[in-house]
Amino acid sequence: MNDAFGHPQSVIVLGGTSEIAREVVTLLAADRCRTVVLAGRDPVSLEVTATELRQSVARVEVVLFDAAATGDVDPTITRCFEIAGEAVDLVMVAVGELGAQETDEADPDRIAQMVTVNFTWPAAALSAVGAHLTRQGHGRMVVLSSVAGHRVRRSNYLYGSAKAGLDSFARGLGESLRGTGVTVHVVRPGFVRTKMTAGRSPAPFAVGPERVASDIVRGLEHGQEVIWTPGILKWVFSTLGCLPRALWRRLPG
Amino acid sequence: MTGTVEASHRQLSGWGRTAPTRARVDRPVDAASIDGAFRTQTGGVIARGLGRSYGDAAQCSGGLTIEASGFSDIGKLDDSSGTIDVGGGVSLHDLMRHIIPSGWFVAVTPGTRYVSIGGAIAADVHGKNHHRDGSFANHVVELTLVTPTGTFTVSQDADPELFWATAGGMGLTGVVISATLRLIPIETSWIRVDSQRFARLDDLMSTMEDSDHRYRYSVAWLDCLGHRDGNHRSVLTRGDHAPSGAIPDRLRSRSREVPGDPRVRVPRSAPGRLVNRLSVRALNEAWFRSSSRSVGSLHPLSGFFHPLDGVGDWNLLYGPAGFVQYQFAVPATRGDVVAEAVGAIASSGIPSFLAVLKRFGPGTPGPLSFSQEGWTLALDFPLGPPGLPALLDDLDELVAHAGGRVYLAKDARLRPELLPVMYPRLPDFAAVRRRVDPVGVLASDLSRRLGIPG
Repeated sequence: MNDAFGHPQSVIVLGGTSEIAREVVTLLAADRCRTVVLAGRDPVSLEVTATELRQSVARVEVVLFDAAATGDVDPTITRCFEIAGEAVDLVMVAVGELGAQETDEADPDRIAQMVTVNFTWPAAALSAVGAHLTRQGHGRMVVLSSVAGHRVRRSNYLYGSAKAGLDSFARGLGESLRGTGVTVHVVRPGFVRTKMTAGRSPAPFAVGPERVASDIVRGLEHGQEVIWTPGILKWVFSTLGCLPRALWRRLPG
Repeated sequence: MTGTVEASHRQLSGWGRTAPTRARVDRPVDAASIDGAFRTQTGGVIARGLGRSYGDAAQCSGGLTIEASGFSDIGKLDDSSGTIDVGGGVSLHDLMRHIIPSGWFVAVTPGTRYVSIGGAIAADVHGKNHHRDGSFANHVVELTLVTPTGTFTVSQDADPELFWATAGGMGLTGVVISATLRLIPIETSWIRVDSQRFARLDDLMSTMEDSDHRYRYSVAWLDCLGHRDGNHRSVLTRGDHAPSGAIPDRLRSRSREVPGDPRVRVPRSAPGRLVNRLSVRALNEAWFRSSSRSVGSLHPLSGFFHPLDGVGDWNLLYGPAGFVQYQFAVPATRGDVVAEAVGAIASSGIPSFLAVLKRFGPGTPGPLSFSQEGWTLALDFPLGPPGLPALLDDLDELVAHAGGRVYLAKDARLRPELLPVMYPRLPDFAAVRRRVDPVGVLASDLSRRLGIPG
């Protein structure tokens, strides 16, 4: 069960090798978390993360799936809940791929794949998770969105537009679940220094995954439905969102 | 299902409004319907009275919550024995309105009248007279409990194990549908109150130790925020039921006045959060200044026992995020823990409105009953301050190592590992649970969160 501060006892991570998710689980383990199911594509890196988490979490299990294939979303989610073996208090959706805009944008197959991994699969998964949590009578979903989806840019509109879709879907789902005991929390990080962004030059207000994780845990304590991280980005992007397009286009990065 | 009305699904939380979950809610009016629910329900069943436990004790995520309000009969008052039969869903408010005009009062009342008899037993509530009268269950002659293995009427002599497991058992032994209560005679509905102010916590505590026994009721309020040289000021309020001779002529017509309904109500749309560091400081200051030393002043029962009941839905003042109550008890020899806890709270800078200190007399044989001889301190914390979860975790450690415990009726966040340390007789409780509920039908969010065995 979640406690009064939104600290869960059992967690499922979809996208189990995400560095942000790993930091979140590490923080939650210091509070009340004792069961974690890590679901992801790469069995080797999942096992590495699982081994690391087992130092602080009583039980860590691994489930395999591929977010590029949308045919088995429902069985994957059901399997995660079965393996958890108890009520699941928090499901984190950390599936995603940054891609390479310059080469991807001319390749229809890559575009379809980017949208599948960043939007289609996570959206279908959220819907399936929502059904499980509603039956349980409680639970929280944390969805990793991105400021890139807030107002898309020339330089990463493929990733940004998929995240924009996921962000809107998640907030709509949250509205549809009001009164069910289930809530949806959308996380909008800026530039996060992880292996996904390795080699790219950091944008302003870049942070590490630890900072994103602590903002997420604090946001959950407060029941925030949209969690900007770092918090200042809420104001930065509210302002940037109002810029005339000609000016927006000229911003560096 | 016969005798059941108003089955629906609802999102429920405790009085602190944290961690809401959704469940089916039934309002049965007879034991057979509860029995039927036990047989058919798979997702857990728990009773709910008036929802005044602060945390998640009276909700069962994905299962069934049985509202007790269908058991609302108030039986005939037996004037010779001073006892009365009441339904498990009757509120102390309604009971008091019924018995005060005849010159009787409940032997134990908590800080609100809006609790059900079943809830008062399940939490084994205490009042300002615990130091001499014990807790609520001490005055229960017998109770009737619907369990998954049948309906039993138990008392301190007939199946005392089940009786005492039910007292403080947080509803996890079954649904209390009725009880016989022993009342106390009163001449008037007024309390004669003496109050004193203290600048130092140790002066307050030694005064309570030396002279609490001279009063039926005693409670102290502490200012956890404002302090000078590490000393916390306090107001000690003690009193007794006023005899008719003490009532001045102008109050004669109101000598057995019954408590009324709330005069004002906090609107659902109350702004963000009205309880914060500034408002707490201002309220503490006002309260302290208004309570000068006085002897023998007369207070109506409701104002003395239930000051917050005058404001309906006062929990909304804490804003949408809600609040947690933290109440612990430590043995009489560990009064130092009170000072240490108050010091830790003060230095954290986290505001606590309503820090209430009192002395407990001997506890009951209930394995999960909260009260134990010594000190108890109750605190309110609005959700929000980043350091609050860690502060409460630290206080837990302090309390557990001093041989104390936290009050489950208020808990919403205890670390499960500490439950068996704080309640070492948990195995006795589990044994009774296995007897009356071998399949494990009875469950609440609290029992799941803390892993209460059965």
